Amino acid sequence: MLKVSGIHTFYGNIEALRGVDIEVHAGEIVALIGANGAGKSTLLMTICGKPQAAAGQITFDGADISRLPTYQIVRRGIAQAPEGRRIFPYMTVMENLQMGASMTDPVHFEDDVERVFTLYPILKERRHQRGGTLSGGEQQMLAIGRALMSRPRLLLLDEPSLGLAPMLVKQIFRVIKEINEQQDVTVFLVEQNAYHALRLAHRGYVMANGQIVMSGTGQELLANEEIRAAYLEGGH
Amino acid sequence: MGYFLQQLINGLTLGMIYGLIAIGYTMVYGIIGMINFAHGEIFMISAFISIITFLVLGLLGMGWVPLALVLILVTTMLLTAVYGWALERVAYRPLRGSPRLAALITAIGMSIFLQNYVQLLQGARIKPLQPVISGGFRFLSESDFSVNLSYLQIFIIVLTICLMLGFTALINRTALGRAQRACEQDLGMAALVGIDVDRTISLTFVMGAALASVAGLMFLLNYGVIDFYIGFLAGIKAFTAAVLGGIGSLPGAMLGGLLIGLIEAFWSAYFTVEYKDVAVFSIMILVLIFRPTGLLGKPDIEKV
Repeated sequence: MLKVSGIHTFYGNIEALRGVDIEVHAGEIVALIGANGAGKSTLLMTICGKPQAAAGQITFDGADISRLPTYQIVRRGIAQAPEGRRIFPYMTVMENLQMGASMTDPVHFEDDVERVFTLYPILKERRHQRGGTLSGGEQQMLAIGRALMSRPRLLLLDEPSLGLAPMLVKQIFRVIKEINEQQDVTVFLVEQNAYHALRLAHRGYVMANGQIVMSGTGQELLANEEIRAAYLEGGH
Repeated sequence: MGYFLQQLINGLTLGMIYGLIAIGYTMVYGIIGMINFAHGEIFMISAFISIITFLVLGLLGMGWVPLALVLILVTTMLLTAVYGWALERVAYRPLRGSPRLAALITAIGMSIFLQNYVQLLQGARIKPLQPVISGGFRFLSESDFSVNLSYLQIFIIVLTICLMLGFTALINRTALGRAQRACEQDLGMAALVGIDVDRTISLTFVMGAALASVAGLMFLLNYGVIDFYIGFLAGIKAFTAAVLGGIGSLPGAMLGGLLIGLIEAFWSAYFTVEYKDVAVFSIMILVLIFRPTGLLGKPDIEKV
């Protein structure tokens, strides 16, 4: 479904991604783990064309998307809940969801909102509240809900568990699984919480210094000694 | 009392014109964080488009004033919107992502360019227009003074209020308005939900120019004379209005415009006409000392 090959991305003179290859198949949950500054978020943003890759190719459903502007990429069925959640702070929860549905046929809107409210009932209570006044956990739910409103086939999640209480983390991961299984959405997930992410994912990639250093099924990576030492000790 | 009321009416009329221009400043600032110093020139150009359309309609023998006004209003809005669109496309879009200073200097450059462009094409002499809407109501007549509310003032006030209501509904209730607010709050995220950011920015310039063009027509009708230089002072005043009301805030721009119109009218009436601009700018400075974000401006939200 998504194929990233030989991607290089620069921020000014700094090379953030140095030849990254990744593949995500339809129906999968794929996790990307790695330390701070490894380039994980940059990879997600590069897939969405912001910044554009300096070299390499990204294909989605076989079509090259690496030179398209962001709005055209996401209109093909990719949605992202980005780093820092980036809720529109002065818009209500409902308006944030409407923004997520910017390019879908309005006839789906009622159903889609109901679907998000079923996943996250708290958002229904807060629907007239401004996004900026929500708690961190609620903002994360809204960010995922907003991404789902575009009826994506591929959902990119950037650290959905960051800064959340352990119970909320579990809930977020449970919902990701639900979305993947019941709504048939492919998920590509960036996480520092390697334990949860790898348990959830079908496959995983490990990134360091802008390169993929290891890949395998979630189970394999969880069992790997190096990974246990680098990303799991003392974690979760 | 009558004198006071008269100044109130005059101030409101003037303030409506400033407010309409100020909206263009505040919207552009809200969405791309730059002060479009050429916006005053867009206003000036719209006044020229209005007077030319007047003359053309006059030559064609269009005598019925209401229909002529509607035609002029529509023509001016359309043509001025094209100028606004072209300004963004030619001068500002290539600089997207460059430091703010570059955009600011370009804006000043465009302002100078447009002034000279009109001066070259239309000449530097002032252009007069005979009164188009005359007459009005007189009331509260005292021995030597009576309050005068002209049809023109009613026209300006009613038209501005209608435009403001329509415009507020557009921003708050339509998908386009939502897209615009989204771009204002987080440009990158707006693109991530599928908004064509460049198109939204273009439309912002188009809308700002269209509103300024109504102000241009009103200015022409109200004062009856224009020249290539009217955009400068009106632009600065409207910019002041936007800052006073809280730059980035639409109701703020309108409120700021009204306040500046009123201050000017009352200062000229009760103190000295020569110092009315000084009064306006002094009050802006005073307000900014105590409320740096302007009257209705919102302080920056801490990003969580």
